[in-house]
Amino acid sequence: MHKGKLYAEKLLLLSVVTLCVSVAYGQRVTSPETLIKNATILTITRGTLQNTDVLLRDGKIAAIGKNLNASANARIIDGTGKYVMPGIIDCHSHSMLDTINEGTLSVTSMVRTQDVMNVTDVDLYRELAGGVTTLNLLHGSANPIGGLNTVVKIKYGRPASEFLFPGAMPGIKFALGENVKQSSRPNQPGVQRRYPNTRMGVEETIRDAFIRARDYKRSWDEYRANAGKDKNLLPPRRDVQLEPLVEVLEGKRYVHAHSYVTSEILMLINIADEFGFKVKTFQHVLEGYKVAKEIAAHGAGASIFADSWGYKIEAYDAIPYNAAIMTRGGVVVSMNSDSDERARRLNIEAAKAMHWGDLTEEQALRLITINPAIQLGIQDRVGSIEVGKDADVAIWNGHPFSVYSRVDTTFVDGAVFFDRQQDLARRPELAKERAALEQAEPNKPAAAGQSPQAPRRRRPSHEDDTIEGDQP
Amino acid sequence: MTTTGKHKFERLTLTILVCLICVICGGTALAQQIGNPTTQDGVLPPRGVYAIRNAHIVTVSGPDIDNGTVVIRDGKIEAVGASVDVPSGAQTIDARGLSVYPGMIDAGTNMGLVEVPQGANGTVDLAEVGEFNPNAKAIIAVNPHSAHIAVTRVEGVTNTVTAPTGGLISGQAALINLLGTSPKEMAVVPYAALVINYPRVSGGRAEFGGFQQQPGNLSETLEANARELDQLRKMLRDAEAYGRARDAYAKDRSLPRPDQNVVLDALVPYVRGEQPVMFRADREAEIRGAIRFAEEMKLKPIILGGDDAWKVASLLKEKNVPVILTGVLSLPLREDDFYDTLYENPAKLQQAGVRFCISTGDAGPEVRNLPLYAGMAAAYGLSKADALKSVTLYPAQIMNVADRLGSIEPGKMANLVVTDGDLLEIRTHIRYLFIDGRSVVLTSRHTELNDAFKNRK
Repeated sequence: MHKGKLYAEKLLLLSVVTLCVSVAYGQRVTSPETLIKNATILTITRGTLQNTDVLLRDGKIAAIGKNLNASANARIIDGTGKYVMPGIIDCHSHSMLDTINEGTLSVTSMVRTQDVMNVTDVDLYRELAGGVTTLNLLHGSANPIGGLNTVVKIKYGRPASEFLFPGAMPGIKFALGENVKQSSRPNQPGVQRRYPNTRMGVEETIRDAFIRARDYKRSWDEYRANAGKDKNLLPPRRDVQLEPLVEVLEGKRYVHAHSYVTSEILMLINIADEFGFKVKTFQHVLEGYKVAKEIAAHGAGASIFADSWGYKIEAYDAIPYNAAIMTRGGVVVSMNSDSDERARRLNIEAAKAMHWGDLTEEQALRLITINPAIQLGIQDRVGSIEVGKDADVAIWNGHPFSVYSRVDTTFVDGAVFFDRQQDLARRPELAKERAALEQAEPNKPAAAGQSPQAPRRRRPSHEDDTIEGDQP
Repeated sequence: MTTTGKHKFERLTLTILVCLICVICGGTALAQQIGNPTTQDGVLPPRGVYAIRNAHIVTVSGPDIDNGTVVIRDGKIEAVGASVDVPSGAQTIDARGLSVYPGMIDAGTNMGLVEVPQGANGTVDLAEVGEFNPNAKAIIAVNPHSAHIAVTRVEGVTNTVTAPTGGLISGQAALINLLGTSPKEMAVVPYAALVINYPRVSGGRAEFGGFQQQPGNLSETLEANARELDQLRKMLRDAEAYGRARDAYAKDRSLPRPDQNVVLDALVPYVRGEQPVMFRADREAEIRGAIRFAEEMKLKPIILGGDDAWKVASLLKEKNVPVILTGVLSLPLREDDFYDTLYENPAKLQQAGVRFCISTGDAGPEVRNLPLYAGMAAAYGLSKADALKSVTLYPAQIMNVADRLGSIEPGKMANLVVTDGDLLEIRTHIRYLFIDGRSVVLTSRHTELNDAFKNRK
């Protein structure tokens, strides 16, 4: 096996080299100023503007209007016949995460998705090619209180630190229902099931955690109130599990709660009311249409699939009219992917709300732009095309709600991170590079008598809450 | 026949019997619990005489007809054209501003074999036990009251090929209408194809919830695959011999009577090349292997999956092997594939002259999104006309039912969709639906739940 390990190390080295090439590529296409001329602009918040220019400068949207002027070295893009829309925001993603579930305990608020970000995940690039620029990287749904989220801009090819979305509200994943109960895990003789095992136990687990968090907060509050008077007072022992929950109680951290059925949605609203915090988003919330009134009254948002259903019992009452019913009921709704695959076509997922439930085009566009921005506390930065907002936009070759459309160019902070023409132009060069790599010593077929490794499975794309249908 | 073969046969018969009982008892109970409550399932709508007038008719097989008429009688399309008379007594639909299309066909699904895949095993009838189940027939287990069926048809998909899964020989797929109160009423071709999972090397898609497989030893894997192929070869040759013996006995009763063997019986039409064999194959090596194997065994192959078909296009063309593409919206297989490798797969096959169609490859819930799969192919190089054909006429041709389905022509089965726009566009709505010449109400479990809750105050 030593030989195999060496082989793997060499392969790793080669991928690092490739990565460096792509980083250089990211820099090369960076443009300080871009003027998109004469396009149709889907501003989201200010309607649709025909034959309009958009100027991107210093990472911001600098101007929107007719016959705009740019500096001499600006990149000019003829937008005739094209559509410009804000970069799509995916409010439920597990892209670039090497692992998503710390599933051993029922409360794992001490773990962070930020610690397992893999900037080389090629699915990020594929998502950019679908016009997506911002992701809410969530912990999985293995436990009632899961880990902390990370909101990122897809700066593929840049260091992890540059992915972090400045000023995004911190968040935490909660989860209710079948995944938490481990319903699909069979009973095994001699193996103790993890608590909780029912939706009753889920409620108790969350209540217990918040009771502890409230006590913990009290002990810190008392310490801070008295520390000045009593120099000998010892601070409470830090508790990294409870700290994030204290932030929830103080309104400094958003709760994104994976949920499906009526009872558990209402349960979490009740707990939140009891402890005085707000659930920022119910994730999936496929029965949200049954309790739209209660969700709206609580002030929570909903981040859902367009039309996934039937993949488990708690998704059997899911209907594609969910977005329309909740939107009309006053809930801020977003469409998410929870899938590296689906994330590449969220434009079509949003358009489904026009097909099922007849939302207007503007309402449907909001589902993947300003609404998820609101749900992540970044609505002042992204989610619409307005002067002063971040230059996170995509140029489409047709209306993004048409199945026949595709993305030409995607900008993040004014820099090009995907461009179809450049992608196509690089293919001969990449084919050459690939051929050269295949000729490289470590990649040559093993000598006679030695067994080569079978092809490695590609990194699994985490889809926490849906499953691929069984293939025929 | 060998003793082990006989035992196997007895075991299989028993298994199938048990399954049948399960399906009958379990299926009925399930239908009452969580099936589609649509009452029309109890009574089929009648086959009337209908005339769809003033419509934009997308015939698919020929040019579009502006402002034309389609006449439906006795389940069939009787007439199509710009100047077709409306028969007296016909129920007419004024389709001014609307378009008529043939119903869409998804040739790679498990429709009706699974209701809820996770946490409800009682609703799953996908895969039999063991490696060789040629006599497991999807049409036996299709649940006509599955909620998936109405949910799918109201979006314009009128037909699916419903395939079993698992093992080396999964069983026989059925081509069904998505309408009927019994499997028999739904069947268009009850035994449409044999499904074989071509032995694969690991490295495919990771299964949900599964641990990432350690890369195996390639030589060992290839040896194991070769052994599986040998088993397959032997069984198919047995079936050939069995078929010959059976026929010889039918002609000459003085010959020894061959014991009936349902497993081999099921294989006879396939080993004789009378019926197609679907090979589940995605990677280049699997596709090439399946073509080679089919040629060796004189089978009539169809590739099901075909993610790497673009790499094998010239061979597929040369051997005239059609492909049912199930991966248009899947993530590319390899990290260094281009981002649009699978979006472009259909266009590349089209350019190479390979016969193909587009499928969701889904168990049920996702099948209604079939037009979006075709639309994505059109966004990446396929013409809009070919995108439409890839979910109508092409699957009909590949499944050898183009005399009955896939286009709007006189004499074909009246599986028609009337829309307010381009059939493949997501914003388009279906206005009328005909399956087998029956006017189908556009309700489903989803419309009913919508109606029940949309006005909750």
